[in-house]
Amino acid sequence: MSGDPFAAPRAVDGRAPDVFKEGGWIPMRQYGEDEIVDFVVVGTGAGGGPLIHGLAEGGFSVVGFDAGPYFRPLEEFASDEQAQNNLYWTDERIVDGANPLTMGGKNSGKAVGGSTVHFAMVSLRFRPEWFKSRSLLGYGADWPLDWREMWTYYGKAERALSISGPVSYPWGPKRPRYPYRSHELNGAAELLARGAEAMGIGWTATPLATVSAPHGQSPPCVYRGFCRFGCSTNAKQSQLVTFIPRAIAAGAEIRDLAMVGQVEMGPDGRATGVHYIREGRWRFQRARNVVVAGYAIETPRLLLASATATFPDGLANGSGLVGRNLMTQSNQAVFGVMEQEVRWNKGPPSLAITEHWNYDDRKDFAGGYCWMAQGPLPVEWVTVQTGARGLWGQALRDEMMKYNHQVGLKMVGEMLPDERNRVTLADETDQYGLRIARVTYSWGDNDKALIQHALGQMQTSLEAVGATDIFRQEDDTNHLAGTARMGFDRANSVVNSDCRSWDIPNLWVCDGSIFPTTGGVNPSLTITAIAMRTADRIKALAACGEL
Amino acid sequence: MTERYPGYDVLSKRWSASWNAQTRRVIDARLAVPREPRFFSAAEWRTLNAVCDRIMPQPTDRPAVPLAAYVDQKMAEDLQDGYRYAELPPQGEAWQRGLQALDAEALEAHGDRFDTLAPTVQDALLTLMQQGSMTGAAWAGMPPKLFFAHRILPDITHAYYAHPISWNEIGFGGPASPRGYVRMGLDRRDPWEAVEAKPGDEAAARRKNQNVR
Repeated sequence: MSGDPFAAPRAVDGRAPDVFKEGGWIPMRQYGEDEIVDFVVVGTGAGGGPLIHGLAEGGFSVVGFDAGPYFRPLEEFASDEQAQNNLYWTDERIVDGANPLTMGGKNSGKAVGGSTVHFAMVSLRFRPEWFKSRSLLGYGADWPLDWREMWTYYGKAERALSISGPVSYPWGPKRPRYPYRSHELNGAAELLARGAEAMGIGWTATPLATVSAPHGQSPPCVYRGFCRFGCSTNAKQSQLVTFIPRAIAAGAEIRDLAMVGQVEMGPDGRATGVHYIREGRWRFQRARNVVVAGYAIETPRLLLASATATFPDGLANGSGLVGRNLMTQSNQAVFGVMEQEVRWNKGPPSLAITEHWNYDDRKDFAGGYCWMAQGPLPVEWVTVQTGARGLWGQALRDEMMKYNHQVGLKMVGEMLPDERNRVTLADETDQYGLRIARVTYSWGDNDKALIQHALGQMQTSLEAVGATDIFRQEDDTNHLAGTARMGFDRANSVVNSDCRSWDIPNLWVCDGSIFPTTGGVNPSLTITAIAMRTADRIKALAACGEL
Repeated sequence: MTERYPGYDVLSKRWSASWNAQTRRVIDARLAVPREPRFFSAAEWRTLNAVCDRIMPQPTDRPAVPLAAYVDQKMAEDLQDGYRYAELPPQGEAWQRGLQALDAEALEAHGDRFDTLAPTVQDALLTLMQQGSMTGAAWAGMPPKLFFAHRILPDITHAYYAHPISWNEIGFGGPASPRGYVRMGLDRRDPWEAVEAKPGDEAAARRKNQNVR
C-alpha cells in the first residue's frame, strides 16, 4: 500500500511512481515555475502522452499536467466496477439538447494517462476516404491531413502500443501485420463471427492495445475482463504504462493532481504559461508554448475560460468554432439470449469486429459504423436493462439471471458534425471555482438513419446465431470529438494541420477535439497517431525557426 | 426459490488467485457500509427503503443487500456520475425532493405515506413516476420521469449489482485478478466459475459450487 493517490501529488521531489513495481519510483526531472519551459501540455491521455514523449525526446523541456492522480496499477486497480469509478471524470457537467450525452465513464478519464487508463483498448485505423469525406464521400468536412502519411503514423502508433491484431486485416488498403498476434476469441466473439459469416460479411479479431505476449514489463493479458477499468496487471497499453514513463525517462516532468484553469496571455498576443491549482494553491508555470490536450469537453472549456479583453470569446476562437461541432459516436446495441453458456465477461469485451459497413457505401445515409462483441459486467449490464427497457422489480431480477447466457453486438457509429452540438460554460462552478461545462447535443436525421440501419443489421446477425429474447438498446453514445476542429483556413477551423491554432502561434491543441469528422471507429489510435505526427512537425518547425 | 447457481459464493474466492489485496480492500469496505443514514432525514429514509424494496425486491431467505444505505452513502459522500441533466438539480437535492414528492403523491392519492401502502399500490405509484404522469406541486419543476430514470433506477440497481450477493445470484465470476480466465469459448467454464444447475441436477451443481475456489 502506498497511500491515497488523491490525497497529495505523487510526482514530486524528483521522482514519479514506477507503475511496474509496487512501491517503486523512477527519477523525474523537474522544472521551476520561474523557468520558462519550452512546452506545457495540459492533459496526459491519448493526445498529450505521445506528444509529451515526442517533445521530450526531441530535446524540448516539457511539463505535462493532469487534473487526475498518478495511479499505481498493480496496487490500486481493483477488480471492481464501482470502486473503479475513481478513474473517471466525475466532476459535474450539465447535459442538455434533444439527446443529452452520458458522460463520466462513457468517455472521460481523470488520471495520468487520461481516458486510456479505462479505455477498452480497441485500436482501429480510419478508412482512408474519411480524411476527405467532404470531397470523396459528400458529407462532413475534409481533414488537412493525407491518409498516406496517417498510414505511416498509424503504423508507428501500433508498434508503440504493441497492438495485438490479425495477420491480415479484411478492409482498406494493405497494412502491415500487427506487432502482436491477435487474442483468442471468447464465446461472445465467436457468435459475432458466426453471425457475420451467416450474413456473408467479413469479420476479424479486433486489434487491441493489450499484449498477447510479454512486452517489456507488461505480462500478457490474463482475460480477467475488467477492461473498461484500470488494468491491474499492466497488460493494457495505456498511456500510463507506455508513453508517460517513456516521456519521463526522456526528461519530461508530469504534474499530477494539477488542474489547469487558465492559459495566460501576454501583451504580444502569445501565450505565456498556465495557471493551475495543485495542493490547494493556484500557481503559474511559464512556458514558450502551450498545448491543450484535455479532450473534447475540457479543451474548449479551458480555451473559453481563458478569454481576455483581446480575446473576449475565448482563445483561438477567431472562427467562433471553439466548442462547436462536438461529436459523439452512436453506441447502440442489440442483445439476446443463447441456449449455450456464453459467459461474456471473460476476456476483453470487444474481441471480434466487423467493419463491413464502414467500407460498403451501398446505403442511403452518410457515414459508417462497425460493431463489436460485448461483455458488460453486472453494473454496466443492469444499466442497459434499466435504461433500454425500463425494467425494475422482479422483472429486472429475472432478466439479470440470464447473465451468463447473454450475447450482444454494439456499434461504434459515425455522427456528423453540427455546429449546434457544442460545449459552453455554465454559470455553476466546480470545486476549483471554475465554471463547469454545459454539453448540448441533438442527433440529426442522418445520425438516426445510420443508427436504425445498424440496429437492423446487428439484429439480423443475432437472429442468425439463434439468439432469443432479442432487444435493442436504442439510446447509447460513447466517444467524443470535435470542438476545436482542424482545417485548411482560419475562418473554418481552430487549428491547422500541425494542431497549431490559427490565432495564437504558440497555442496548440492535441487531442480528439481537432477531429473535423469522427469516423465509424474508436478514436484513440487516430488521436495517438496525430499526436506522434504533431511532435514530429513541431521538431521540424523548430529546426527551421518557425516555432 | 429455485437457485440458478446453488451453493455458489463468490466470497469463497476471497483468498484465491482471483482476488488481489486492493480488491479485498474495496469489497470489505462495501460490505461494511454504514447502515444508518447520514444524508437522508428519518422520513426520507423510510420512503427510500420502501422504494428500494419495490425497485429491487429481495428474497427473505438470505441477508438483504442494504440498498438504501448505498444510496445514502453515494449522497453523503457526494460520489458523482460526471454529468447531470439540465432539468435535474444536483443528485442529493434531487433525491430529497423526489422522495418528498413521492410521499406527497401517496398522501394525495391514498391518504397515507408511501412506505405504509401495499406493494401493488406502491408499484402503481412508481409506474406513474416512470411514465412522467405525476404532477404534484412538490416536484417543483423536477420532471418525475427523469428523476426515476436517472436517480431511482441507476442508484438503486447499481448498488445491488455491485454487491457480491447479486453476483452469486447471477453466476458472475466476480473479481478476477491476477488469475483471470483460461477457458474462453462457448459452453466452457473455468473451475473457479459458478456452475449453473441443469434441471434435475441441482445437487451436483451445488456440490461443484461448494468447491469453487
